[in-house]
Amino acid sequence: MTRLSVNGQTQSVDAEPDTPLLWVLRDHLGLTGTKYGCGLGLCGACTVHVDGQPVRSCLLPLRALEGRSVTTVEGLSKDRSHAVQKAWIELDVPQCGYCQSGQIMSAVALLKGNPAPSDADIDAALAGNICRCGTYARIRKAVHRAAELLHEAKSA
Amino acid sequence: MSMRQPQRPMRDWTRREFLRRGAGAGAALVLAMTLPALRGVSRAAARGSSQLNAWLMIGSDESITILVDRSEMGQGVYTALPMLLAEELEIDPARVQVIAAPVGDAYVNAMNGGQVTGTSNSVPDAWEKLRKAGAQARMMLISAAAQRWQVDPASCHASDGRVLGAAGRVASYGTLAAAAAKLSVPKEVTLKKASDFRLIGRPLARLDTAAKVDGSAEFGLDVKLPRMLYAAIALPPELGAKVSSVDSAAALALPGVRRILPGEEAVIVVAEHFWQAKKARDALRISWGAGPNAHLDNAAVWAQINEASAKPALSALTSPNVSATLKSGHAAAAFKDAKRTFSAVYELPLLAHATMEPMNCTADVRADACDVYVGTQVQQMAQAAAAEAAGLKPEQVNVHTMLLGGGFGRRLEVDFVPAAVSASKAVGAPVKLIWTREDDMTHDFYRPPAREAVSAALDEYGRLNAWTLHITSPSITSRFDPTNKDPFDSVIEYVQNFPYAVSNFDLGYRRQEIGIGVGYWRSVSHTPNCFAIESSIDEIAALARRDPLEYRLELLAGKPRHLQVLKLIRERCGWGHAPAGHHLGLAFMEGYSSHLAQVAEVSIEAGELKIHRITCVMDCGQTVNPRIVESQLESGIVYGLSAALWGEITIRGGRVQQRNFNDYRVLRLNELPVLDVHVIPSEEHPGGIGETAVPPVAPALCNAIFAATGKRLRSLPIAAHKLT
Repeated sequence: MTRLSVNGQTQSVDAEPDTPLLWVLRDHLGLTGTKYGCGLGLCGACTVHVDGQPVRSCLLPLRALEGRSVTTVEGLSKDRSHAVQKAWIELDVPQCGYCQSGQIMSAVALLKGNPAPSDADIDAALAGNICRCGTYARIRKAVHRAAELLHEAKSA
Repeated sequence: MSMRQPQRPMRDWTRREFLRRGAGAGAALVLAMTLPALRGVSRAAARGSSQLNAWLMIGSDESITILVDRSEMGQGVYTALPMLLAEELEIDPARVQVIAAPVGDAYVNAMNGGQVTGTSNSVPDAWEKLRKAGAQARMMLISAAAQRWQVDPASCHASDGRVLGAAGRVASYGTLAAAAAKLSVPKEVTLKKASDFRLIGRPLARLDTAAKVDGSAEFGLDVKLPRMLYAAIALPPELGAKVSSVDSAAALALPGVRRILPGEEAVIVVAEHFWQAKKARDALRISWGAGPNAHLDNAAVWAQINEASAKPALSALTSPNVSATLKSGHAAAAFKDAKRTFSAVYELPLLAHATMEPMNCTADVRADACDVYVGTQVQQMAQAAAAEAAGLKPEQVNVHTMLLGGGFGRRLEVDFVPAAVSASKAVGAPVKLIWTREDDMTHDFYRPPAREAVSAALDEYGRLNAWTLHITSPSITSRFDPTNKDPFDSVIEYVQNFPYAVSNFDLGYRRQEIGIGVGYWRSVSHTPNCFAIESSIDEIAALARRDPLEYRLELLAGKPRHLQVLKLIRERCGWGHAPAGHHLGLAFMEGYSSHLAQVAEVSIEAGELKIHRITCVMDCGQTVNPRIVESQLESGIVYGLSAALWGEITIRGGRVQQRNFNDYRVLRLNELPVLDVHVIPSEEHPGGIGETAVPPVAPALCNAIFAATGKRLRSLPIAAHKLT
């Protein structure tokens, strides 16, 4: 039994210790917003935060998660009110939408450490997230817009 | 407004396939019959909804539910199709609840002959149908109000979900729906003129965005059912090989494993969780017999194609799809009199679809019914495949279309459906079967390889006098539907409407199979044919010492839509005024009743290609939602860039060598050029969008590389060439 915190709630998970966090979230905890794309950390669809850092959950085994704190896309807000979610809605970023949870989690992590990222910063932070629909141009705009929204919220 | 001849590569096979498999019309939903127990429908029914037609339910609580009969795979049908209906129904689309339609006759795509999302025709097919459905429902609601008030319906009108009558009378749709649903459906309706549209043509927000930013959107992979088990599958490493024996001892000893199901062509492992199923799958010791492709490799694929290309071709001039103006003339004679001739061979590799969501299917088989939850572009075929695997009749199978994590043509196949159904049947519980990325990459139905030989004859002034194309490639449709009778089905796209003025034209096709399954890949044969046409026109312009854009303008004289696109892109891309060290390449494309052009702006330093900008100008007729059109064009460009730069599936010993995104490289955010996309306002009949922007990318890039280096790339991917 592994105890970890997921979106602020303590969870006890009874799964083999090598089970990747991705499948713990999806199949044991019912949090299916985090997606399986490649299983090798190549596509970023499974990006979540562990102790505030973006990680590829398809590579992280349960045994490494005892006592740690995980945030998934479901935990960003209760009502899509996170600045990144608002910017994503405003610019209608998603197409098929499958990769977007991972894109959003990478963007949230970027903005935490860098409240006013340049295009180059965005490129570097999101280069690990593949989108086959080609929403990249809107992702870039939406990250800038989210930065603005965060700035406005701080100034208000 | 003109109804132009749509291109219909899938028109006949679906109908034939559908009938052949016995899922005849008798099985299907008839208008106003009870809908099957799909979850969204049940929820709407629980709210006291009345069904006004196949696409519309209105609840007494004022809820409006629209059933969308095309699959949402990113292209925006869950927004655009409700907008069409909402336009005439006089409602705000933002309040609409969208659910996926079940299998049903009413939901057949008339342009494809089946319930198919493909051929970029969801909007063209729905254009009149859904506006008419909205108008009929509006008239029924108005009649119900008029009856209640005992007034002439002509004295009432509809606005914002209500019927308004004289003397300030108002009734909301929710209070009228039950009475309206009992009225007969009006036959004659007058649809709004374009100048009266309040929704169509406006950049409204997508209806599916909110669910795609908080993790609540349900893709096939996300289905959750009580008692559900998970399955992984062992597919033959060598394509076409069969299972000869299975040692399951090690796999069965692993935690959570419920059943191992050896089959002829695959072995399925069912477990309590997917990770357990996958680990057990990996622990199976399977001995695969030598299959028919044991000696197949890339060299053999191309040897077969090159050898076949020397044999006589079928003349595609017999095809009714080839435009009549191309059929006169005598190409052979024109070459005899030519002052100058040109010939070139273009080669296009196999490609994978690589949708972000790997193939998966969830099935729940009971004694007398089966529910299938699947991201599919072909609901009837999914139903037929599930019925066969379950041993049930098609009408006993409910198909729940989930959101598709990308389709691109891959989900026109139902090869991943039967295994989920068989597994559920064997264990007596719902089973979600998931392919790994490696399963998906190595067991795709690949874009077929093509060899495209162009010849051209020029007169003494460098004018084009003859142009011929000889295509050698496998036939997708013949594989997909063995009863197919049209040898050119989907093979001659774009070239069947060769737009450039030429007195003598010829088009031949030699079918050559390569032993592995090939499939419909986003824009299908537009990609190889656009590469051959647009590369060759560029080469011919160079031979004639003409500017490639001016040369095209001359050859498109008298075609106003083509000319408008080219003239606009000339301005927008700064043709002739590229920044120092930058070079431009142009490609045109006509397909799905749309016309578009792209210009690639590149530079090359020390052999390294840098793509600075792709400009795209599109005339797709009337747009429903221009914001979605623009995002689809960006989408097609990005998909086309990945393919042009790196896309290539190779085979060795019958095995596909690419397995994941490390060896099947796709474009990433940091590699994105500037995308400048422009859609021309138009009231022409809507053309297709979703596939159109893919084909011109590769020829535009290769033409730009030629402008930069003088080096002509006649095969893809670009990464296989040295640019120094």
